[in-house]
This record gives sequence, C-alpha cells and structure tokens, in this order.
Amino acid sequence: MIETYYDLMRRQGISRRSFLKFCSLTAASLGLGDAGAQQIAQAMQTKQRTPVVWLHGLECTCCTESFIRSAHPLAKDVVLSMISLDYDDTLMAAAGHQAEAALEQTIAKYKGNYILAVEGNPPLADDGIYCIPGGKPFVEKLRHVAKDAKAIVSWGSCASWGCVQAAKPNPTQATPVHKVITDKPIIKVPGCPPIAEVMTGVVTYILTFDRLPDLDAQGRPKMFYSQRVHDKCYRRPHFDAGQFVEHFDDAGARMGYCLYKVGCKGPVTYNACSALRWNEGLSFPIQSGHGCIGCSEDAFWDKGSFYDHLTTIRPPGNLGIEGTADRIGLTVVAAAGAAIAAHAAVSAVKQARSKTRNDKVAEAEK
Amino acid sequence: MATIETQGFTLDNSGQRIVVDPITRIEGHLRIEVNVDKNNVIRNAVSTGTMWRGLEVILKGRDPRDAWAFVERICGVCTGVHALASVRSVEDALGIKIPKNANIIRNLMHATLYAQDHLVHFYHLHALDWVDIVSGLKADPRKTSELAQSISPWPNSSPGYFREVQSRLKKFVDSGQLGIFANGYWGNAAYKLPAEANLMATAHYLEALDFQKEIVKIQTIFGGKNPHPNWLVGGVPSPINVDGTGAVGAVNIVNLNMVKDICDRTIEFVDQVYIPDLLAIAGFYKDWAKIGGGLSGQNVMSYGEFPDIANDYSNNSMLLPSGVILGGDLKKVLEIDLKAQDQVQEWVAHSWYKYADPTKGLHPFDGVTDPEFVLGPGTKGTRTNIENLDESAKYSWVKSPRWKGNAVEVGPLARYLVAYARGNKEIQEQVNGALKALDVPVTALFSTLGRTAARGLECQWAAHKMRYFYDQLMANIKAGDLNTANVEKWEPASWPAEAKGVAPCEAPRGALAHWVKIKDTRIDSYQCVVPTTWNAGPRDQKNQIGAYEAALLNTPMVNPAQPLEILRTIHSFDPCLACATHVMGPEGEELVSVKVR
Repeated sequence: MIETYYDLMRRQGISRRSFLKFCSLTAASLGLGDAGAQQIAQAMQTKQRTPVVWLHGLECTCCTESFIRSAHPLAKDVVLSMISLDYDDTLMAAAGHQAEAALEQTIAKYKGNYILAVEGNPPLADDGIYCIPGGKPFVEKLRHVAKDAKAIVSWGSCASWGCVQAAKPNPTQATPVHKVITDKPIIKVPGCPPIAEVMTGVVTYILTFDRLPDLDAQGRPKMFYSQRVHDKCYRRPHFDAGQFVEHFDDAGARMGYCLYKVGCKGPVTYNACSALRWNEGLSFPIQSGHGCIGCSEDAFWDKGSFYDHLTTIRPPGNLGIEGTADRIGLTVVAAAGAAIAAHAAVSAVKQARSKTRNDKVAEAEK
Repeated sequence: MATIETQGFTLDNSGQRIVVDPITRIEGHLRIEVNVDKNNVIRNAVSTGTMWRGLEVILKGRDPRDAWAFVERICGVCTGVHALASVRSVEDALGIKIPKNANIIRNLMHATLYAQDHLVHFYHLHALDWVDIVSGLKADPRKTSELAQSISPWPNSSPGYFREVQSRLKKFVDSGQLGIFANGYWGNAAYKLPAEANLMATAHYLEALDFQKEIVKIQTIFGGKNPHPNWLVGGVPSPINVDGTGAVGAVNIVNLNMVKDICDRTIEFVDQVYIPDLLAIAGFYKDWAKIGGGLSGQNVMSYGEFPDIANDYSNNSMLLPSGVILGGDLKKVLEIDLKAQDQVQEWVAHSWYKYADPTKGLHPFDGVTDPEFVLGPGTKGTRTNIENLDESAKYSWVKSPRWKGNAVEVGPLARYLVAYARGNKEIQEQVNGALKALDVPVTALFSTLGRTAARGLECQWAAHKMRYFYDQLMANIKAGDLNTANVEKWEPASWPAEAKGVAPCEAPRGALAHWVKIKDTRIDSYQCVVPTTWNAGPRDQKNQIGAYEAALLNTPMVNPAQPLEILRTIHSFDPCLACATHVMGPEGEELVSVKVR
C-alpha cells in the first residue's frame, strides 16, 4: 500500500481540518495563494514519501548539523513523514555491508525516482584516493548513485563550489558536484552551511510541487539566493548614512553601525541571511557584530582577508544605492585580484534574472 | 603475522577478517577491520581514516586573523572548537590579552557546544547501538509511563504520550519505508532493553532532536549563526550594549534573558532526560563495564579547558584541569608543555605520509606532511577498490600522535579521570554518585560504558556551567565592564616579524591544539593535532596501538555479520574523522601531483 503524507498525518491524529490549514499556511509562507494551497493538499494526499540518498564526501558535516536545526518543518518531521531518508551515513542505524545494501536497494527499487543529496565533494587528485569510504574513491560512489537519481541537491558550499578544501592550492583537487555530474538537474544550495530552513524549504518545495524551484544561472534557487545580504540588511540605513564601525567593540559597534569598513562582504554575497536570519530568525552574523564573510559565494576563501577594508567606497548619492553597492562589490574583489571572475558572477546573476523572465514570457506564449 | 605483543595486549590476525566500512553515525569517514577467533572474540583491530583534506596547506600565507574561519570548517559537528583553538593560538603568538567578558562569552559558547554535542551524540549517534527501536512497538504505553515516572520528573511521561509516539512509530514501520532505520540490527541478541525502555528512549530520541536546536541559540546570539558562528582574534565580535543608544542592535537585555532561559532549560533537559536515560540504559548493560577499556585504564590525557581567569590557561584557572596519567597511576598526574619538543610528537610509520627520517617523531612546530598512498603487500583488492588492508604497512590517513612516546586516550573519560585524580570535588561527587547509582566499582570507568557515562556526566556539568558563565557575565556587566574585544594589536603593523604560538583546548571529543607560526604578518605554518588523531590513529613505529584499536580487542561478538559491538565501542569515542585527517608541511611545498582527469 502506498503511504501518503496525508495518510501519515491522519494516522498521527491530525484532523483533515488541521491538514488543510497546514496546506494554506505552507502556501502562504511560500507566497502562493489559494490555488497553491489546493495543489499542496492534492500532492500530499497522493504521494509516497520520496526516497532521498544523502552522500558525504570531503566535508565537515555542518550541512547535516544545520539541517537538524530546522524548526519549520522540524527535522524529525522531514525525516519521518516527508521524505524517506534511505541512506545517510551520519544518521542511519546500519553500518558497513548493511548500510551499503540499503543504498543498493534504494537505487534498484526507485530507479530514476530518488533524490540524491550531496554534502561535501569528491577529491579528484591521485585517482580520488583522498576520500575512500568503503575502500573506493568517493567520486565513484557519487557517479554510481547519481546515474539513476531524479535530481541532485548540492548541499552547502562544498558540493556547490568546492569550499574550504578547494581553497588555494586545493591540494586534493576537491571538485564541486556539477563539474563531475553533468547530465542531471542540480540544485545548488550554497552556504557554509546553508540556513536550516533554506534546506528544508528546498526539500518541501520539491515534494510539494513535484518540480525543482526556479534557479538562477548558477543553479541556485532564486527564492533564497537572488538578493544580496546587503539588500535586506537591517544596518543598511547606517551604510547609507555613512555611519561605520571603525574597530571591533568601538562606540559604533555598540550602536549597531554598518560593518562595511571592518570587512563585511554583505554587498557581494547572495544569500537569505539578512532576510530569514539563523536559528529560527534569531540573528545572523552582522546582527551579532561580525561582518558577513560571504560563505555562500564561489571561492569566498580566496578573495582576500575577511577583514579587508574597502578603499574606494563611494558615498551613496546621485548614483543610487544599487549602483553604489555593485561598484563596491566589484572593488572588493578587484582588490583581491579576482576582478574578472567576480564581474562575471555578478553579470551572470543579472543575466539569469532576465533570462528567467524571458523564459517565462516564452513559456506563456507557447 | 602471527601475533604481536604491545602495551599488555596481544594482537592476532589469524582468524576471520571482518570489515566495517563505512562506520556510520560518526563525523567523517572511518573504516574498521577486525579479526575474530573461533569464538567470535575480537583478537586484532585496524582503524583507518579514509579521508584527507589538507586544510593546513591551504592556510599557508593567509592572514592569521582569518585562520579561525578556515579551521572552524575542519568540523561542523564540534562547530567552533577549532575556531577557539585558533584564536587562542594566534593570541599566544602575538601576545594579545582578551577582555574578561570575551573570556566568559567564549566559555559560555564552548560549554553550550559541550552540552549540545554530547546530547546529540548520545541520542542520535550512539543510542541505536543500545536501543532497539523496533522492539518499542511491543511496549505497553502504561508501563512505559510508569518506568519514565519512576526515574524522572520530566513531564512528557503520560501513557497517552507514549501511546502517541508508539503509534507514530508503528505507522512509520508499516509504511515499509524505514529510511534511516532500514537494515538496522533490530532483534539482535545483544540488545538487552525491555520493550518499555526502548519506547521511552525512542521518544527521547525525538525530543532531543527537537531540543538540541534550542541549546545552540546561545552561539547564534554571540556568534551570529550556528553551525559555524563567528569568532575574533582579541575577543569576541559581539559588542555589549545593554541599555544605551542602539542597544537593540547589539547584545542587549532581551538576548541576555534568552541566554538565561536556554541555560535553565538545558539544565532541566539534561538533568531530567539525558542522565536518567543514561543510568536506566546503563543498568541493563553492566557487562559493558568490563568491555572496551582499551588504553583508558593505562594512559589518558587532558589539556584542560574552561579558563575561569581570562588569559590564564594554567591549572590555577582551568575548571577542567590538564594532565597526563600513565600506567593507570591516578596518584601521579604529569604536567603538559605543548611547546616542549619531546612531549607531543607525531609518527607516520603506518600513516599515508612520509618523513625524511621515518624512525623519528616530529613536534607540531616542525611537522611535515608529505602524502604517500602506498598499500602493503598483504592488501586484498586494488588501490581504488580495497577489500582488506595490510596493517603491517601504511594503512590510514590519520597520523599517530604520542605524548613522550606513549599512546594515550583523550575525551570526556580522560578529562574526568584527570580531574578525579587531581581531586576536583565537583567531578568526584558526580562520578561517585553515578557509580553508586549503578552499583559498579570504580574500575567500571575503564570501559565502553564508562566512556559513554563520562560523556553524559560531562554534559550535565557543562549545562550547569553554562548558567555559571551567564551569571558571571551579568555580574561583570553590572560592574560596568562592557568590553568584548582588545584591538590594540589588531593591525598587522603592530606584530613582530616572526612569532609562534600554541594554546590548549579541549574539544568535546578530547585534547586539541593548533600550533601556528607567523612570519611577516602571514601564516608560515599551521598544525592541528586533534582528539580523533589521538584516539583513531594507527600503530606507530614500535607497533604501539592507539585507543580505538586497543578498545576493540577481546570484545565478544554475538554475530560477526552484524557489527553492533564494534559500533558500541567505536561510538563511545564519538569519532570525528574530518578533524583527524589533515596536516601540512612547514614549507607548504606542493604535496601531491595533481592529475587532471
């Protein structure tokens, strides 16, 4: 018998009325209307829990730790009632042969229908011997599981970009997932780690709508990564007013002034930290007095010190805030010697935005 | 090989070889191979770290003020500890003194991690070794309620509550999609808990999963996010402004109230859920008080942690003291000097690295890491498809650290033994109380069960210390001290041309230190020797075994096809392999030849 989310919820004693309320709240939180709520309700009544295989390469497990911090939905509800987490070496009961058997069972039974979530990345140097779980290079396991996956979620900056082990000189040739797997849809959910509710938000979106979220040109969900930390920063008025922290713990720091001069990378970082905040909306790095280090950006480790002071900042004025921030962003990275890459990144995002708009128009015309 | 005698153990690899890879419910990638004799008793054990990331290579040439962020990413489970070890070492190198508030906030953040990490380890990484989740389906919810109420005042204990948990579990199992519980060792005769205890523990598995995310909010308040909060050389980044202009944008009375609330709720959860569960479960597994002792009855080490006095890392200040116990002599605790060339050294005789002189160990200030992935002649399989390793040759990405040539165990049990031997009253009372509650002798500490119990007791200690640090912080703020960072030496122009530093730290999993050398304002070399390197490391040049291998020896297995007993002992150390495997050459020479595929 196929077990649907609705069945599970009903059996857990949740009334139909509460179930429908849950659907409307979910729809509302995703910015959808009544039609969205109906769609969610329909989906939850007809689906078996989607199998998910969660692999770990070279990583630090911060993504898993972030995932279990999710409050809406709770991690336990995701794992028990929304997905079927059929393989995850950090959490699963079985080990060794029994764990590997569970993996093969899932691949065989749900060919083409399971989601592969990847935390960390494969090192390619020296035939991949810098990560050999099960006695074989991780890159082989990744390819093996990816082959029959429906889609791939690249958790965090390791899987999305390479992150810390890929920082110069990248001694193990740690390589992001999309450079190894090129024939599957891949959603990048960067950040070191990503915000918990961004992770569960991506999962619930896929389950609910049975499609991948809209992605930008770099493969990130637009709903979380289309605006800069700077765009939604509550300290932005101090930036615009030219009120800056000059040194940690100075009078400006205690009054919550802008951290730009002590290195904040908010103006060049696409992430939801300032909007959603962390750990149930409690805080985010800037709110707690430290500049953003840009952990969701490609190669953020190699763009100069986290405390590098920007030298050619233009006071906000006739150019408008948007233009200023872009210029500032480019300056930072130019100072770090990677101007072309950064410029490409910023342009790519802009192109992605217009590209998607065009796609939508094209779709509407069909 | 026939047999090897070392440290009072006999290794014999003639029996059936069993491979467990991956070891799950740990951080990172670990492989264990053992040989069992005809009675299914483990007679040889081989511990292999199967990953290497090279983080310290990456640190060469970077700004030392940035190092905390890089090394913090060594581990996201014990998040923040490497950052703490890093800022302390850089401060030691540059002679930076941190303000009192910064010391208190660091202690508070670190105690928060201890409490959360130990809790998650017990319920989510270790419990399934002892708790048969499926057996909980057969429990009587009323009797489960009676059991729960007999051991704790925790309010979620009605028959209705356990019935609901059981019903959720039943529907989950009936769905046929067992997810993370698929292929577990359910029904194995090594599981000893009655159905009611299994159901109670399953309920608390779920409650602890919900609650752990509350504890870490303290790190979010002071560090902006968790995992991976922000740190600062010279103090902490969060300014304090309780009531002045702009207080709403800093650490203010609202956040501080929340910190207090979290401290109190953490104490309540650990006192009323974790500790009663630990004692109840341990009561059914007293045979494990004689299994898995390994090195713990011989050599243990702690660097000391939680400096009560800012900038003082001596035992005048450390709330958990430092020291080494050798040969099980609790009357004589030896002093540690992290800068002494002849104390902490690393060896690579059985690690996938090479030294110019393989017969010598190297102090971390002079450490070398030159990867050399070669397998011994007895290996079964190929270099990219390993079936059995040959432990007579190199067999791990983890090095073998030694203290004055001795293999030692580190971790909560080691810290507790050192504190106990040093006469720490708090710890002695706690340990004696637990021994009495379980009615076991003091030797029960030297075991798998002892290791797991020490972690629980330390979680309780840390929870209460969170509140202690909170009270300290409030008293200091009340006295008018708002300083959180010392920026006198923030600018690199104020630094000497050359400097080197190291400071002690105790991660939840054990002794941790980072050795940093700074030259012309940049990192010249960076070496981490971490807890899991001490515990999981392979044999050294004298064939001395490390803590994991020692602890697995002589363990009887019910069914060698189901490695439950191996998991119990290995998990009792709370392995963290991403931590264990990454080191660098002091010259930052190119370490690998990169093949472009």
